[in-house]
Amino acid sequence: MNYGYFPGCSQTSSAKEYDLSLRKVFEKLGFGLEELCDWSCCGATSAHATNHKLSNALALRNIVLAGKQGIKNMVAPCAACYNRLITSQHEISMHPERKNETEELLSEKIPADVKVINVLELFFKIGLAKISENRKRDLNGIKAACYYGCLLVRPMNINNFDDAEQPTSMEMIAEAAGATTIDWNYKLECCGAAHSIVRKDIVLNLSKKIIDDAVLNGANVIITACPMCHTNLDMRQRAMKRKYPEHLMIPVLYITELVGLAMGMNVKDLGIDLHYVNFNYDEYIAEKLIA
Amino acid sequence: MGAYVNKDAKKLQPSFVSANLLTDTLPENNHTPFQKNNSDIPEEIRNRTFQDVSLCYQCGKCSAGCPVRYYMDIAPNKIVRLIQLGFYDEALKSSTPWICAGCLTCSVRCPKEFNLAGFMDAVREIAVKKKVKVKEKDILKFHKAFLNQIKRYGRLYEIGLVGEYKMKTLDLLSDVETAPGLFLKGKLGLLPDKVKDRKSIKKIFKKTDKKKINKH
Amino acid sequence: MKIGVFICHCGENISRTVDCPKVAEVCRNFPGVEYSTNYKYMCSDPGQKLIKDAVLENKLDAIVVGSCSPHMHERTFRNAAISAGINPFLVEIANLREQCSWVHDDVEEATQKAIELVRMALEKVKRDKPLTKIKVNVTKRILVIGGGIAGIQAALDVANAGYEVILVEKEPSIGGHMSQLSETFPTLDCSQCILTPRMVEVYQHPKIKLFTYSEVVKVEGFIGNFKATIKKKARHIIDDRCSGCGLCMENCPIKKKAYNSFEENLAFRPAIYTPFPQAVPNIPVIDETICTHYKNGKCGMCVKVCDREAIDFDQEDTMFVADIGAIIVATGFKLYNIEKKSSGSIYKGYGEYGYGKYRDVIDGLQFERIASASGPTSGEIKRPSDGKVPKKIVFIQCVGSRDESKGISYCSKICCMYTAKHAMLYKHKVHDGEAYVFYMDIRAGGKMYEEFVRRAIEEDNVKYIRGRVSRIYEEKGKYIVKGEDTIAGMPVVVDADMVVLASAMIPHDNAPLLARTIGIPYDKYGFYNEAHPKLRPVESTTSGVFLAGACQSPRDIPDTVSMASAAASKAIILFSSDQLEREPVVAKVNEDICQGCFYCKKVCPFGAIEVKDIKDINGIVFKEVAYINQGVCKGCGTCTATCLSKSIELAGFNNEEIFAQIAAL
Repeated sequence: MNYGYFPGCSQTSSAKEYDLSLRKVFEKLGFGLEELCDWSCCGATSAHATNHKLSNALALRNIVLAGKQGIKNMVAPCAACYNRLITSQHEISMHPERKNETEELLSEKIPADVKVINVLELFFKIGLAKISENRKRDLNGIKAACYYGCLLVRPMNINNFDDAEQPTSMEMIAEAAGATTIDWNYKLECCGAAHSIVRKDIVLNLSKKIIDDAVLNGANVIITACPMCHTNLDMRQRAMKRKYPEHLMIPVLYITELVGLAMGMNVKDLGIDLHYVNFNYDEYIAEKLIA
Repeated sequence: MGAYVNKDAKKLQPSFVSANLLTDTLPENNHTPFQKNNSDIPEEIRNRTFQDVSLCYQCGKCSAGCPVRYYMDIAPNKIVRLIQLGFYDEALKSSTPWICAGCLTCSVRCPKEFNLAGFMDAVREIAVKKKVKVKEKDILKFHKAFLNQIKRYGRLYEIGLVGEYKMKTLDLLSDVETAPGLFLKGKLGLLPDKVKDRKSIKKIFKKTDKKKINKH
Repeated sequence: MKIGVFICHCGENISRTVDCPKVAEVCRNFPGVEYSTNYKYMCSDPGQKLIKDAVLENKLDAIVVGSCSPHMHERTFRNAAISAGINPFLVEIANLREQCSWVHDDVEEATQKAIELVRMALEKVKRDKPLTKIKVNVTKRILVIGGGIAGIQAALDVANAGYEVILVEKEPSIGGHMSQLSETFPTLDCSQCILTPRMVEVYQHPKIKLFTYSEVVKVEGFIGNFKATIKKKARHIIDDRCSGCGLCMENCPIKKKAYNSFEENLAFRPAIYTPFPQAVPNIPVIDETICTHYKNGKCGMCVKVCDREAIDFDQEDTMFVADIGAIIVATGFKLYNIEKKSSGSIYKGYGEYGYGKYRDVIDGLQFERIASASGPTSGEIKRPSDGKVPKKIVFIQCVGSRDESKGISYCSKICCMYTAKHAMLYKHKVHDGEAYVFYMDIRAGGKMYEEFVRRAIEEDNVKYIRGRVSRIYEEKGKYIVKGEDTIAGMPVVVDADMVVLASAMIPHDNAPLLARTIGIPYDKYGFYNEAHPKLRPVESTTSGVFLAGACQSPRDIPDTVSMASAAASKAIILFSSDQLEREPVVAKVNEDICQGCFYCKKVCPFGAIEVKDIKDINGIVFKEVAYINQGVCKGCGTCTATCLSKSIELAGFNNEEIFAQIAAL
């Protein structure tokens, strides 16, 4: 069964390593991902914040392409893209007038049978056993705070693969990969998201709180599944350190990178060296290969 | 109504105050609620969100859980209240819809299942359409710069975005610590990653351009 | 047949849009009409006299009244007919108000429609047959289901009127939720102190038979003549031997295997237990699921210490059937639980409050037990996790209630009051403590209720914050409560030591099952429906079944007691006559043509249809047909419409009558 792959803009630049690790991990797990041909931006916050017709049209253009390419299931690893795509799909499925309007705009029929899933769902489709089976390395040293951010499990009436308030799917994946996970309070709090460039003050404060809570609850790594969360949590830590000298730097990994590490891939292959906060490999991983 | 108007009212007023001046200067006149409900704004919000603002019973749970509440000038629930009351100007010029990060915490927890994040999108959209002087104008500039990149390339060109945004805001000095880092790490491509069928993207933008639609 | 037509103006209600004199005039010429007139208020005394005089003067056989809905005054006009010597079922109403004048504007068209409506009624009345009321006997014994304050009050009232009562309670003791409460609003008197005398009175009353640890499993029959099957669960104690000394409970080696549900799971109970020391009856039960004897046949400690030989491990559930004339349902409520629900549930839990994972986030009944002198902390306010006295406590109202996203749109009515009481009790016990209440609205309608809430705020310095709480999480042993004061427009964060949720009142899980057993309707939550929200609030739509207390909707103790007494008085009225008269509008099966498909039995909402065997001369069954119990049938007509062989007829609404009515149009 082939799954479509909608990378999203970040995966081509600031979140290159997410793209890299995702492709490598799933290839090794024997799961083919077929990139959506000529995909375009989902519209992101800027479109839905200012022009909802544009927002729907940009998102659904990709669904039209998927239909043409014969894709029935498509993974959108970026939580924001994922949320945009399913929200637009939900809106046209609930309101035919919105569907007609958008179809007219695109001069295309929008297929109703393209299911967009996020990266956590994709791991569950493969089966967590498959991850455990492919474990090559002991991740015991990792105490992971799984950070879902706001868009991965919301809104709950559209997106109900996991609980919208107390999700556990990412923890299950991390544990299948051999990491220890911690229970914490800020796994769904917003990092500031699209305010990353304009209101750095907001992003800095919100991200700092998230990191502090993770550290307070004993985490030594934060795991994310969203390029925007990753940018805000990883890239802003230097500024945090400058503002709050007592700030403890904590590496932020993508869930795919974590699984990749467990499967024996190295830091460079997974692009972990591209992160701002250094992931000191030896500190976390006892080099003990599992037979 | 006419039957109850005192025809001698004018005579009773002090001679040095004209009738118009008196009514115009009374601040209460602008504060009678539910007067502007014939406006197109509630209708537009309904069209956009498929929900009526009367759903909201003002429990405040949205504001209570809002992660960016501290940066807003008016609590999110109060924006809904202002719209309910018909005080549109006050709602549209608030910084609140622009500070809203669209994280959906409010929508997920709303006891009335009112999609407040969607409502905020609608308020922003109306504010832009009505050319309201936006308090958080940099955020609007950012969105415009972002969409310009998409319009041009079909995908986000991050360097282009940052460049355009900085030109728009003349904020040239911030982010100096991160951008070079990104280059060094080889993350930011120097050239934009383009969609081949850019015509279709242009068409979408053309068809949804509010200014052009309005001209028709 | 001589028919009289009487057109009512209903003041101006009808005559404003219907030309009443014209209707009367036109109708006079219809075949069969002997007399026709119109009058301003036909339902008034002079109006009724007008009908009576006209009947006698013109020797009328039947009448048609053009007036308001039959729901309103059918009975009035039938009584007028009786006094003039006409069978009341030879009276037809043409509804000229609700179905004509109120819904039309055009006078000419409305008048024409009114004429048509009268014409239709005329065709029906010509075919109406005189009917006589059905008489049934009454068994003067009542079944009360539920032994909380509602059931206790109802049972005592009926028993004190001299009738026998069977009181069935599913728990080992009567008392219900009221026995769990610490003090009651708005007087702050001790709940147990006012309740236990009543519990004892029930136990000692010669007219009340008490069955605790028992359930009603089947109800058959109809008003005045029900048969209820009651299951008495095995207590494993021989009732009349037990003295209630309590030695068995003290000596039971199993101490911590089961939570004490009376203490709202804040304490444990032994395998042999009474729910609480004042239990009525004071006879323990053995919990087979944890008792060692039922695991491996060993232990038997209780047997050793019981010198009255009251323990009987082999006791089994027993069933018995009781003849009763009426039922009072008083099964009460339970509290909404914030835990994660299965996907099929109409309720959703509160993930934002932790789905119940925080031990010091408790509900209202748990707080009652903590504040109660007889509770697990002997009335000292301590938090469940570590037993520390909370110095900062937060109360959150409307948890579950008024929250459609969690499945409930209604207001639970009592939470505003009990929260004010909780905060007050807390302040009375922890003098240096701070109490915060998050509320949406304060609904304190009731005698001295508003004053009570104000007292909490003004005298006891309870801090009220208007706004729903969005999130609770634990940080360093504190519970961070994130709210917003919507009046000030300010975010509010409280680092509380303990949080009390004023959870919604919801029906018991098995409320719908019991409703189906008895045959009474319930709403989407499982609350039992009253027959009329204003005029028949304590009756169910099933005759002879009455409702009391929170099984019908959330209510407080005074309301529950009032309702229980009202239900009791309804039952007593029923028992005041030896025979009941019932409307003769019931369905009847033509056994010759009935095919025995029993679709009618499936659709009958009242369970009135039974299978009847038709036997030949030798007593051999050769056919099964439907039989309609005239005591149970409500005359709704569902069976008539469903019957494939057209063998069921509804008296007063048979096919001939209805078709003639339609044909007249």
